[in-house]
Amino acid sequence: MEIKMFDEFGVFGEDKDKAKNIRENKILPALNKGEDIILNFEGVKSVTQSFMHALISKVIREKGTEVLEKIYFKECNDVVKEIVRIVTEYMQDPIGLDEKNGIH
Amino acid sequence: MQNQLQRCRLKNLKVKQYNRNQSKKQKRQFTGIPGKFDIFKNYFIYSKYHMKVYVPNSAFLGNMQGFIKKLELEDDSKLEVSFNKQWMSLHPMALAMVASLGLKMNHEGKPIHCEEIEAKSKPYFARMGLLSYLSSAQEIQIRKHEESGRFIPLRTIKNNDDLKKLLEDINPIFHGKEEQVETVNYVLSELIRNVFEHSLSNIGAVVCVQNFKASKKNEKPNRISIGVADTGIGIKKSLSESYPTNNDLEAIKLALTPGVTGRTRIPGGTEQNAGAGLFFIKSIAKVNGNFFDVYSGSGFYKLLTSDKKRSSLNADPNFDKHSELENLPHWQGTVLGIDIVLEQTEPFINLLKNIREFYFKIKKIKKKSFYKRARFI
Repeated sequence: MEIKMFDEFGVFGEDKDKAKNIRENKILPALNKGEDIILNFEGVKSVTQSFMHALISKVIREKGTEVLEKIYFKECNDVVKEIVRIVTEYMQDPIGLDEKNGIH
Repeated sequence: MQNQLQRCRLKNLKVKQYNRNQSKKQKRQFTGIPGKFDIFKNYFIYSKYHMKVYVPNSAFLGNMQGFIKKLELEDDSKLEVSFNKQWMSLHPMALAMVASLGLKMNHEGKPIHCEEIEAKSKPYFARMGLLSYLSSAQEIQIRKHEESGRFIPLRTIKNNDDLKKLLEDINPIFHGKEEQVETVNYVLSELIRNVFEHSLSNIGAVVCVQNFKASKKNEKPNRISIGVADTGIGIKKSLSESYPTNNDLEAIKLALTPGVTGRTRIPGGTEQNAGAGLFFIKSIAKVNGNFFDVYSGSGFYKLLTSDKKRSSLNADPNFDKHSELENLPHWQGTVLGIDIVLEQTEPFINLLKNIREFYFKIKKIKKKSFYKRARFI
């Protein structure tokens, strides 16, 4: 399944409610059916970290990191690529904060 | 007999004098106004129990604390706003603060007394929309040459549509220097969405953006200045479920730490919140050597400007070059201000690369192949 992100939110992906809709109504159902997902970012100039987190963090948390073999990020510019990397890597080993270990 | 009378009169006089002095003393203690200003004492006695804002001639991110310290915010039954008589020039953060107080008072149907502005800056305040927020009907002639649009006047952002419109309107104020549109859009979106999600304000955020021209006179570079203010629950209360803190300053610093969100203590955050928004904003300011001010409750944190070549990102805001204040007048809500210097600002992609490298540093990861990689096609 291919999702054209420009059609969903335009040039700037920052609306977390839209991210949630895409995640819940398109990404997760397709993955549940065993389909691969192509997130096509053609025409998208930028996205926020919060938007990308809302789009894919739950997917990685629920389905494990193996799910990254079923999701393809297409036509990303450098900014979008870097945000995707930050969020996918962060979700595999998130920063924690507690009294015993401090920031870790 | 006469001597007795004289003594008695003298005693009475002394008693009266004593009583007068005591009364003055009490009033001074009550008003906090020194004796030489006794001429104004009735005014101040009357106005002690109102919120009072004095708009100074200058309030920018470097000296914002001077403006904040003079706020009187204890009782919100009435708002009184007075202005410097000569000239005024304010950062959008200060404008957004005053406007958001006006918005709150209007929303709650409480009175606002806005002093007549005598300074030449009056048309500027009208154009920025401040007088409308203060429900002031002062007569102003606006000069047409200000139409060129170097600013986004004060506006209230309550929902996604308002935010989308703001992001659409932002491009013209760059006047051709659009390399930093991405950075400014990013900052605005993250700051305003924080208000939507965490402030619990039912009147939204007040936002103002201004493109300040470079000034050779005071060696100020061309910069975009952003102010966002809300009158919601504030950072301390917002974090309280996951990260209870002892004071507002501690809460502000926690909010600037990556991985901290009011929604959960679980590393990685919730499906909608990673707890990295304000850390990213602080990083944008840090990497570019710009100011970033946060004021919430009675706490204030200011990221100071620094040599960007020597700046490295820190997870703990205590390690950043900063100033902090506690026990300030209590702001019910949160206010943020940031400057983005256009010529100096790193391309947005470089900032993101910095953040990613920093993340590897925290995790002490030497090989990026440690992670399963996202697939780009």
